[in-house]
Amino acid sequence: MTTTLPTSPALVPAQTRSRFLGSIYAGNSRAVLGRGLLATRTSNYWIVLSGFFEPVLYLLSLGIGLGSLIGTVTTATGQHVPYAAYIAPALLAVSAMNGAIYDSTWNVFFKMNYGKLYEGMLATSIGPFDVALGEIAFALLRGLLYAIGFMIVMQFFGLNLAWTALLALPAVVLIAFGFASLGMAITSYMKTFQQMDWINFVMLPMFIFSATFYPITVYPPAMQYIIEALPLWHGVELIRGLTTGDLSWGLLWHVLYFAAMITVGLIFTTKRLRALFLA
Amino acid sequence: MPEAVITASLLTKKYKDFAAVDGISFEVAPGESFGLLGPNGAGKSTTMRMVGAVSTRTSGDLTILGLDPDLHGPEIRAQLGVVPQADNLDQELRVRDNLIVYGRYFGIPRRQVAKRADELLEFAQLSDRAKSRVDDLSGGMKRRLTIARALVNDPRILLLDEPTTGLDPQARHILWDRLFRLKEQGTTLVLTTHYMDEAEQLCDRLVVVDKGKIMAEGSPAALIKQYSTREVVEVRFGSEKNAKVAKLIKGIGDRIEVLPDRILIYSDNGEAELSEIIKRGLNPITSLVRRSSLEDVFLRLTGRSLIE
Ligand SMILES: Nc1ncnc2c1ncn2[C@@H]1O[C@H](COP(=O)(O)OP(=O)(O)OP(=O)(O)O)[C@@H](O)[C@H]1O
Ligand SMILES: [Mg+2]
Repeated sequence: MTTTLPTSPALVPAQTRSRFLGSIYAGNSRAVLGRGLLATRTSNYWIVLSGFFEPVLYLLSLGIGLGSLIGTVTTATGQHVPYAAYIAPALLAVSAMNGAIYDSTWNVFFKMNYGKLYEGMLATSIGPFDVALGEIAFALLRGLLYAIGFMIVMQFFGLNLAWTALLALPAVVLIAFGFASLGMAITSYMKTFQQMDWINFVMLPMFIFSATFYPITVYPPAMQYIIEALPLWHGVELIRGLTTGDLSWGLLWHVLYFAAMITVGLIFTTKRLRALFLA
Repeated sequence: MPEAVITASLLTKKYKDFAAVDGISFEVAPGESFGLLGPNGAGKSTTMRMVGAVSTRTSGDLTILGLDPDLHGPEIRAQLGVVPQADNLDQELRVRDNLIVYGRYFGIPRRQVAKRADELLEFAQLSDRAKSRVDDLSGGMKRRLTIARALVNDPRILLLDEPTTGLDPQARHILWDRLFRLKEQGTTLVLTTHYMDEAEQLCDRLVVVDKGKIMAEGSPAALIKQYSTREVVEVRFGSEKNAKVAKLIKGIGDRIEVLPDRILIYSDNGEAELSEIIKRGLNPITSLVRRSSLEDVFLRLTGRSLIE
């Protein structure tokens, strides 16, 4: 048995560090993402799948069931669409959100407070921005996976009404990225289980009221403003525009909203990781 | 002397008003094995974390491999191996994957890191546990895995915070052997320990820290020479009589220390002092002449009582 350890020259590649992000970013978030993927081998697949089925069940019960009573709905721009095709894009946005939130909130909470995962990572040449980006990318993958599954279900029921529905896939990535990013940022400031419950407390009403099942024009203006400030509404409107083919330049606002959400989430997650593990 | 790989001067870390590390200065030369000794709460781990570039200093200067950790954290950490006081292995990954993933954090290519992982498993004698879950390992095995993990990037400096706490004697000796080999290969070692024999075995030079300040510095032999005598006589008279006897043996040896259970006489010739005690008609229940150790130095410098 050999007991001396061969030393290999230059095992660690010279860092190509950027001038401004040098101390927080090593350009190696894929190692963090790779770690996340490897760790899923030990995760419980039933829990993973249950998150996917929730929006599918809503689609079947409300879209097909309730839809047979409602018939068609008039969208914001005056287009008439079958009820199932009206709520399906909203549920697609929801499945992207659910998937992204799953890993970026509770899982991150446990890693932050009970595991020492990030402490270990940040003792290497990796920086807090690598950790934030890698973990968020991992979380958004689940959102994307749920959404792709949901898209297939939609296609099966003929609920993609226009070719632009294909663009819903990149849109879904954007939405999942936004939720994962903000979800991790918020979670990184949470210290107790009670605080984590607040996230659920916000998520449920957001799910129900964000023009998911009916247009928000049914609400008084004040209520509409609140809903329009929340991220899910932007996701719903963006995807609905794409899958129903009801396009307008206004959709770009939603894209911008998510770009901002991603940026804010990344900045605060990085800041927080730095304060917790590198102070 | 070649240029130091670690230079700390007036290094200070404060938590609010409390100075956990209070203006310590030291240098570590390349290839040297440097120890930090000190009682609980002395500031050893805090110092190690600053040297490991995961904790920012409040004031003072610190240079690791010529770089300032405040500005070059990732580059410094790329060349360090860190064994923290409490294991922080990745519990969601298996043993071998722990090494591979850790190597990937350093940006080591997949193929190289796989080979490295197998070498390290061999080195840590964990090859047959490659596929185990981390939780299924014993405490000592986890420790060995943590040390193996710290070596994945072939570090220039290895930081070991109480590396052998919780290990059985066999595992400790194996580990000392491994650390010795690394030292021979030119790795700089910085370690903290509560085991004085470990410090004597492994450290070329050490500092004794207490309440965030350096109390003494030198090689183990030099410290013993400076702060203790060559030998120590330990005599017991029973706990009631100790104090009374203490008066009668005044003047014997260089220094006398009266403890609740025994009396210590520091001297360069222990046997001579012991016969002097017996000549004075005092009959100790037990007596022992031993060589002075680092432990004597440690206790002298940091006091015997437990002040928390
Ligand atoms: N994050 C922190 N916030 C506040 N105080 C801290 C923090 N970390 C350490 N301290 C304090 O700093 C002092 C030094 O702690 P440190 O862990 O460096 O001691 P140590 O020498 O490693 O002790 P031990 O031998 O018990 O490991 C202690 O009084 C500790 O309570
Ligand atoms: Mg400590």
